[in-house]
Amino acid sequence: MTADDTVLVIGAGQAGVQTAEALRTLGFAGGITILGDEVHAPYHRPPLSKAWLAGEMDAAQLTMRSADVLARKNITLRSGVTVSFIDRAAKTVRLADGSSLPYTGLVLATGATPRSLTLPGASAQGVLALRSRDHALGIAEHMAHCLDQQLGVVVIGGGFIGLEVAATARKKGLAVTVLEAAPRLLGRVLAPVLSDWYAALHRSHGVELVFNAQIAALEVDVAGAVSGVRLADGAVISAGLVVVGIGVSANDQLAAAAGLECDRGMVVDACGRSSDESIVAAGDCTARRLTDGSLLRLESVQNATEQGKSAAAALMGQERPFTATPWFWSDQYDKKLQMAGLSMGADSWAVRGDMAGDINVASFSVFHYRQGRLIAADSVNAGKDHLAVRKLLDAQVSPTPAQLADSSCELAALIKK
Amino acid sequence: MANITYIESSGQTTTISLNDGWSLMQGATANGIDGIVGECGGSCACATCHCYVDEARLGELPAPSAGELDMLENVAAERRPNSRLACQIKATAALEGLIVHLPEMQE
Repeated sequence: MTADDTVLVIGAGQAGVQTAEALRTLGFAGGITILGDEVHAPYHRPPLSKAWLAGEMDAAQLTMRSADVLARKNITLRSGVTVSFIDRAAKTVRLADGSSLPYTGLVLATGATPRSLTLPGASAQGVLALRSRDHALGIAEHMAHCLDQQLGVVVIGGGFIGLEVAATARKKGLAVTVLEAAPRLLGRVLAPVLSDWYAALHRSHGVELVFNAQIAALEVDVAGAVSGVRLADGAVISAGLVVVGIGVSANDQLAAAAGLECDRGMVVDACGRSSDESIVAAGDCTARRLTDGSLLRLESVQNATEQGKSAAAALMGQERPFTATPWFWSDQYDKKLQMAGLSMGADSWAVRGDMAGDINVASFSVFHYRQGRLIAADSVNAGKDHLAVRKLLDAQVSPTPAQLADSSCELAALIKK
Repeated sequence: MANITYIESSGQTTTISLNDGWSLMQGATANGIDGIVGECGGSCACATCHCYVDEARLGELPAPSAGELDMLENVAAERRPNSRLACQIKATAALEGLIVHLPEMQE
């Protein structure tokens, strides 16, 4: 692409901003406009369920890039703009206000939307998901109200968002119940042994955990506000706030309507390319086609930034596949969980550090093996292990379980071999 | 409030006035200083906001936590005695005039 070209970026989150800035880093001198549907300038989402919700930082500190800073890089930010249609033949994007913008390169970084409950009472006031700054503000306000009125909080879904919100609510002194449909917490991502450890952690902080929970309905008061959650067995857990954390759906509607391949996300290759050479995508809205033909959906900051860099390179005609080891993290209480690699299909595990001892001073890693090969590791308050294992996985080095379990064995030294 | 000066590996120098409580990482990313990445948004989870603090003033900063020390073990650029993570240093009036150098790479 040259200085005569124009790139439109739909989405002003981590992936959209990363792609725009990476285009500049790669020397693209044409126009770049980011279209964001939120009124806020790009901000960091990870603190929303953690430090921001806990009241440990103010909204300005969430800022990722102000419009001024983007303008200095000659990137135009248009906030509060909704895109309604992509016309691939005309290479234009139509906005909700009826206007159209031309593009020569288009980036879809449209993110994802929290799944909503389809239960009676699910639209009551005080039933909230967490994705955006506005969502987090609503949850914070309801938490303040619950504290004031001595009402409890129910979290539906024992995944990362739900558990981070539960931990924050406990920090604030709220009574919290987590309802999980499965028999364990974080079942999609963690080994059973770690699910049990996290259950013990939350219980030690006074969270009520209900597994195999079947919810019949949300109870609503005469004013239209949620007052509790009714389970299938008739039991009612009273609550002034219900946080719904049951996963997200990729925002691939624009791509699908434009005839691009979508399968629970816009399908892209390792370089972020779609079947249309003018269109790339990055972040939560994508489903990446792997070399074996399967599709991988990741929802993480790293995925957004790495795919953003790949997508920018693809528009510039360069190959920059995203092949680095996936990594994720979650903060709950004073525990930092850092995950490297994908643990699906693991058949054996090794533990480094003391997992069985005092929960308050725990520091350990669980290593996942599949058919004798290291595929992933989950570290709790063991950041050193985490960064080292990312390098091991990047280098496709697979130490033996005995080596990894031996805390006198330096992980960093294993990489050099 | 404190004026913090960031010197990137290219020599590019920027001074930013940070409100109390803002981390050096937040100040850098919000103002477009590219030498700080801050991928995790300041959770001490990614080690991409590595900086070298003016040695003479290193002792004025609160000591790094165990978590920060863990992350510093694997920063992308050379780790030095004055290496810190910018997300873990919060601005206070006492930091007025602090100079931090940024490494060549963060990832």
